[in-house]
Formats: sequence, structure tokens, C-alpha cells
Amino acid sequence: MSAWLPRSAAGKRWLGLAPSYFVIGIFMLVPMIIMGVFSFLEPNPYGGVKPVGSVAAYVKLLFEYDLEDNLVFNPGYINIIFRSFQLSFGATLMCLVFGFPVAYYITLQPESKRNFYIYLITIPFWTNLLIRTFAWIIILGRGGVIETPLLAAGIIEDSLRMMYTDGAIAIGLTYSYLPLMVLPIYASLEKLDFRLLEAASDLYATRLEVMTKVVIPLCKPGIIAGCLLVFIPCLGAFIAPNLLGGGKKLMLGSLVQFQFASARNWPFGAALSMLLLSAVVIMLIFYARSARKRADMEGA
Amino acid sequence: MSEQMQNSTSAGTGKKILPVGHYRGLGVWTVVFFIFLYLPIVVLVFYSFNANRMVMNWGGFGIEWYVKAFQNDDIQKAVWNSLIVATVATLFSTAIATIGALVLARGGNFRGKTVSLGLITLPLMVPEIVTAVAVLIFFSAIGMNWGLVNVIIAHITFCIPFAFMPIRARLEGMDTSLEQAARDLYASEWETFRYVTVPLLMPGIVAGAMLAFVISMDDFIITLMVGGAGSTTLPVYIYSMIRRGLTPEINAVCTVLLFFSIAIVTAYWVVSRKSQTTAVH
Repeated sequence: MSAWLPRSAAGKRWLGLAPSYFVIGIFMLVPMIIMGVFSFLEPNPYGGVKPVGSVAAYVKLLFEYDLEDNLVFNPGYINIIFRSFQLSFGATLMCLVFGFPVAYYITLQPESKRNFYIYLITIPFWTNLLIRTFAWIIILGRGGVIETPLLAAGIIEDSLRMMYTDGAIAIGLTYSYLPLMVLPIYASLEKLDFRLLEAASDLYATRLEVMTKVVIPLCKPGIIAGCLLVFIPCLGAFIAPNLLGGGKKLMLGSLVQFQFASARNWPFGAALSMLLLSAVVIMLIFYARSARKRADMEGA
Repeated sequence: MSEQMQNSTSAGTGKKILPVGHYRGLGVWTVVFFIFLYLPIVVLVFYSFNANRMVMNWGGFGIEWYVKAFQNDDIQKAVWNSLIVATVATLFSTAIATIGALVLARGGNFRGKTVSLGLITLPLMVPEIVTAVAVLIFFSAIGMNWGLVNVIIAHITFCIPFAFMPIRARLEGMDTSLEQAARDLYASEWETFRYVTVPLLMPGIVAGAMLAFVISMDDFIITLMVGGAGSTTLPVYIYSMIRRGLTPEINAVCTVLLFFSIAIVTAYWVVSRKSQTTAVH
């Protein structure tokens, strides 16, 4: 029956891994390399590229040509990138402040209840992101769920104009990735030894000190993991800036999509993607390093 | 444990003192949190029963937008595309993830294990928009334009880690003594695998397949970029509806897709909880 299988353990091992290597290698790793190459080519005006080497895509990040063909500094794209980082940072912070107490509260519950809370948190995460963001249009929009009762009660006289603002995008991002903050924090809090809290309290630590000097340092790995899990997808977000920012308040993700859908400047889109990818890789390297350092310290 | 602490610290005092580690307002904060989490979903479902043409102007209760959505040919076509893509992507990604997980969980320590694990989880770490751009460029560079097939290939790729995680978790929680017993009773390696390992692993495989299916059904940005004119899936169609103008028809379609996802995730939850209890004993 198994005559066609390789005899050695190593042979079987690589046979089992071959399909994963094949699919992810060919359809993810190779495409990312090609994307890197494309970012150094010249754009074809109808989409695609010309096989001519060029760094124009990266120059375009900082400079533009004026009417006399001189390179002049153009802060436009840098501003969009800066805004992406700013909004992602804001959304991550909001997720942390909003999510941490909830993760902590769940840890205090009896075990049977905890699973149900986690189920409730994961449900929105597995439902369609586009749909959940669309719902915010109905909530924040002109004549929406928030405005209508306020207008009717005479508390406000004119539309609050909440849509198409950075605030709307930040709320959308926070809402989109909140479960990704709560779950890792909960995972690390769950392992927390509550006797340590009592020990701290017996040694005259105040309530606040128990939290800041015992609980938070001990679940730092969960907090860092949560922040990364939120920050990375925020940085490349497309749906929230597109629907809640009205496509005018661009972020990196929507700027990339724009290069392929409308502007037809593929090398520039590829260069922006490379930039996004590098930011993610740098963050992951820092994360791996800090995790290793922590493991070494615990091992010592 | 928290109950013990509650007894020890609040005993004997007239005024209610919070035990160590408990903080005032946590419960209220959590309630607000869940309202925030579920408000958009409730609003979305509520307005899908709006009889008015405009989503935000309430014009009385009605299910006419559901009827309209079900009769919409474009929506039907998009639903079919979504189901075809998700089914094929689930079958392939689950099969690939299963054998990958078997090697990584049971193959012992070998050179390249960390790299292999990194590769399989790569689609989780790369931002979706980057994956979308890379795959789009790749298909265009090799001149492959097979409509739905392109979309399916992209979906198989990013579904692999989602199918992989529950399967690997199940394998790592599984006791190997039954497999050893089968080997002792002269079952061949294949028989052991077929009649002992696979049945034990089944809940993990089912859970992995469900996650892959939900992830594929819900994907929007990669399909939008990779898919051509004829390969519109439901989320891509919903996006085009939103761009054209807000009618309760969008809410009706979204509500159906929403409950579909919730049903699958709930089933996944039940399966994986059952698998947790059976894997240990």
C-alpha cells in the first residue's frame, strides 16, 4: 500500500512539506520577489511595466517634476505614509486602552464563562470586514444612527460631519482589529499566577501598583503581540480608509490599490508595497529579538 | 481561584471590599466593549428590514429587500462564484495543511523546521494588500488570465495557514499511545495512519476546513485585485453596490452572509471544544 512512499524519514518529511512549499513558494514568495523587481522598472502607461530599469518609482516617493522638468521636493506621498503610521498608531492605542481591561475582566471569570466571552469576541472577527465597516457608514453618516436622535432632540442643529474624517477611519480601524488585541492579551493573562498579586498586596503594594508593577509587566508579551497584530493590518488597511475616509483621506493600503486600479503606475504601487513590507519585516524582527531576549532571561 | 480570594478578603467586613486584583468599573467597561463590538452588526441587521429605498430613512418594516436581493441575477452569480472559490480553496488548502501539519507536529526536530513553519504562516504575516499586489503582478508577468482559477489559486495560498493552525493544535494535543498500540498489534504504518491517526485527527481537520472556508468566503481585497471582470465574488459585488449608493438591499445581502459566517464559526467552536475534550482523554 505504501510502496510508493520514500523509505527514509527525511524523504517522507520533505514529501509531506512539498505541497506547502510549492504553493506558498510559487504563489506568494516568488510573486513578492517579482514585485520587488517591478518596483525598479518603468511604468507602462496602460498598466504593467516596460523592461527598462529605473528608480523613478522610489524617487516619486519624495520628489516630483515641475513644469520645467526640475526635481522638486513633494511632501504629498510622505504625508500619506506619515498619516498611515499616525492612524495605525492611534488605532492600536485605542485597541489597547479599550481591550486590555476586557481581557483582564475575562480572566477573572470562572472558566466556563470565559470560553463564552472569547466566543463572543471572535464572532465579529470571523465575519466580513467589509460588511462590518459598511455598518459604520450607517452609524456615523449624515442622517445616521448617531445624528438622527441628536438632531431630533435639538442637541445639535447641523450634521456633525463625522464621515470622511481621520476620526472615522480611526474608529473603523479600531473596530476592525479589536479582537486581535484582546485575544493575545487574554492568552498571556490566563497564565498569570494570581498568588503573585496577593503577595504584592501583602507587601503593601497599592491597587494601582499591583496593576502597573505586577500584572502589566507579566503580560507584556501578550500586549506586544496584540499591538503588532493590530498595527500591521492597520498600516495596510484598504477598506476603512476607502469607505469611511471616502477615498480622499488616503492611507498606504488605499494608495497602493489606487496605483493599480486607476493611476496605472505599477512600479510605484510595487515600490509602495515594498515599503509597507519592509516596515512589517522590521517590526517582526524586533518582535522576534525581544521574544528571544525574554526567553534567554527566563532560561537563565 | 477568584472565588477563594473573594471569600478571604471580603469576609468579616460590613462594607464591600474588592478582593486583590479586582478593579471597580471593569464589568461596566466590558459591557460597553461588547456594545461597541455588536452595535454595528445589530444596526446592519435592523436596517435590512427597512421598507424605504434609502437605508437611513426608516420607512417601516418590510422584507422586500430580501426578496429583491434573492431575485438579483448578479448577486446569484456572485454567490455561486464565492461558493465555488471557497469550496475548491478549502479542499486544497486543508489537504496541503494536513500533511504539512503531520510532518511538523510528528516529524521530530529536523533542520529546516523553523523555516518551514515560517513559510506556512507567511500569508498571515504579510499585509493583505501586499499579497494582493504581488499575486496580481505575478499572474500578469506570466500572462496567466484564467479568471476564477487565478482567484482560486490565490485563495488556496492564504487559506493554508488558517487550515494549518487547528490541525497542528489537535495533533500536538493528541496522545500517541493509541498509535503505538496499533503498531504493537502488527498494524502497518499505513493502517495505523488510516485507521487510528486520521479518525483521531478528524475534528482538527474539520475545524481547519471551516476556518479556511470562512476566510475564503470573506476575502475581499485580494479577490478585488486578482479577479477579473467575470470572477466577481459576493464581497466584491457588495463593494460595488456600496459604491453605487446605499439601499437596504446591501443590508439584506450582508445580513445573510453575516449569519452564514456566524453559523460556520459557531459550528467550528462546537467541534473544536469537543475535540479539546476528546484529545486529552
